[in-house]
Amino acid sequence: MPDIALTGPRGPKPKKRFSRANIFLYGTLIMVSMYYLLPLYVMIVTSLKGMPEIRLGNVFGPPLEVTFEPWVKAWSEACTGLDCTGLSKGFWNSVQILIPSVTLSIAIASLNGYALSHWKFKGSEVFFTILILGAFIPYQTMLYPIVIMLREIGLMGDLWGLVLVHTVFGMPILTLLFRNYFASIPEELFKAARVDGAGFWRIYFQIMLPMALPIFVVAIILQVTGIWNDFLFGVIYTKPATYPMTVQLNNIVNSVQGIKEYNVNMAATLLTGLVPLVIYFASGKLFVRGIAAGAVKG
Amino acid sequence: MSYSVEIKELDLAFGAVKVLQDLDLNINEGEFLVLLGSSGCGKSTLLNCIAGLLEVTDGQIFIKGQNVTWAEPSERGIGMVFQSYALYPQMTVRGNLSFGLKNAKLPKDEIEQRVARAAEILQIGPLLDRKPGALSGGQRQRVAIGRALVRDVDVFLFDEPLSNLDAKLRVDLRIELKRLHNRLQNTIIYVTHDQIEAMTLADRIAVMKGGAIMQLGSPDEIYNKPRNLYVADFIGSPSMNFLEGHLEGGDFKVDDMVMPMTGYDFAAPQTADRPAVIGIRPEHVVTGELVKNAPLQFSVDIDLVEPMGSDTLVYAQLGQHNFRIRMDGQATVKAGETMAVGVDPSRASLFDKATEDRL
Repeated sequence: MPDIALTGPRGPKPKKRFSRANIFLYGTLIMVSMYYLLPLYVMIVTSLKGMPEIRLGNVFGPPLEVTFEPWVKAWSEACTGLDCTGLSKGFWNSVQILIPSVTLSIAIASLNGYALSHWKFKGSEVFFTILILGAFIPYQTMLYPIVIMLREIGLMGDLWGLVLVHTVFGMPILTLLFRNYFASIPEELFKAARVDGAGFWRIYFQIMLPMALPIFVVAIILQVTGIWNDFLFGVIYTKPATYPMTVQLNNIVNSVQGIKEYNVNMAATLLTGLVPLVIYFASGKLFVRGIAAGAVKG
Repeated sequence: MSYSVEIKELDLAFGAVKVLQDLDLNINEGEFLVLLGSSGCGKSTLLNCIAGLLEVTDGQIFIKGQNVTWAEPSERGIGMVFQSYALYPQMTVRGNLSFGLKNAKLPKDEIEQRVARAAEILQIGPLLDRKPGALSGGQRQRVAIGRALVRDVDVFLFDEPLSNLDAKLRVDLRIELKRLHNRLQNTIIYVTHDQIEAMTLADRIAVMKGGAIMQLGSPDEIYNKPRNLYVADFIGSPSMNFLEGHLEGGDFKVDDMVMPMTGYDFAAPQTADRPAVIGIRPEHVVTGELVKNAPLQFSVDIDLVEPMGSDTLVYAQLGQHNFRIRMDGQATVKAGETMAVGVDPSRASLFDKATEDRL
């Protein structure tokens, strides 16, 4: 005879879909996401409308006639002052700034973090404290001194000047990130590698790097979005020919001549925001995989 | 006879904190030496100094006659096994075993040969292509031992290698370690806080406290003739009974009892009377039929009885003092009873109360 206490109840757990708690929970979630998604919706539909349709004033209405012309115009024809090449140049400038900045800052910061956690030297704690203090100094106080420094080394207005600035300003927070991560890797592992005859670089590349994948992904997300979205440094340390995308977007959107082309502005903004968005979606999966791969418990 | 490892006047300080002080230690060829002590006594620190993972403040370390005080860990001819195994998680077992050999730029077939030999000795052949994450604790520790083994060195350093394993596995691996030592005859320096491990494995034990060696001797010496109160108290479970009293004319007097110390092997002839402490191991107290043959006899009041299967622990009162007795597992004593017990003073230990040194 089957014993109900042993076998227990069978079948799926009965659910009450429209309980009061559920309605409240999902109601709130929907309201909040509407609040955040509505502007995005307005941007997307506006960017797909022609100017005559926009002038009708129906902001929330879907486009009656879908046109990609504003996107094309934003990418390659929109004017900033006399220059009418759209965002494309800014995009490539930003890419040229982004790749070396992210690579350099992460490479240096991960080495910093590794050295500060496993190869402590006399004064390494002081060095670290000073570095971290750097994260709390407002950028504004350093803007002008950096202008002078860049001018003196001949990098003012150059893309590499901006790369240098991004690399330096990324250092405190990234070093902190890497140091804390490497410090969480058991010291005995490091000792074992030293007994096995591995030195500074071999331990870094063969032992530490493979274990640090998750933190590299985090650092990449931080740096890519931070540097791509940067406006302040871009506008100060570059010149019109080397303006990053964000500065160019600003110039397009804020240009006062002629009529305001809302659809072009919307398309340009969406184009500029695309890169961080892609990074979030692409690295999100990598991030989770990285964490799962690194998990070996003692 | 040449020493395998010689440590001369070793000092280690972290800032103002002196962790090791003026430490001398000579370890013989093929000896199994255990560094034993409670946490913070400096035993792991000393091992790390020998391994070259900590820079010493002063003093010298010789391995096989070579001064290695400032040599890199990999150049010292040592292999090391850690408590947390410290296996490289992204490498297979084979990768873990061969990592050091690749760093030393050994030829490929030599590496394969050594890995195969270590795998055979430790019976980890079937695991070679697995990653550490897919191994059990015992298997991981075998691989960690294997990593020291493939280095083909004369000195093995073990830093509490069994502490992360469960009790049964610990005993199995302990026996295996002893077999391994018998087979390979390497010098082994083994750090532990577990006195059973120390007693069973060691040729000699160094009991450490506060960065200094309290006593260095065979397990038998450490157990039967502890040099001071600390060692006497630290070794043995349940720990020794200590009774404070006076040594007067060769007799030990505690309260109104007089214990003639006939047969006791004094370290030096006792001339002056002095305050002293007698230490009696619970397992050296005899009961029942044996009492009448014991040189010293007295009776105790039983407080509590702990039957443990193989033996029975009796907590009793001797006058004002707590007194523990270890009896046979079949003992049928009860709390509240009074029991006659006997002690042989030649098996007891006497300590000076002021200096805490053995008399």
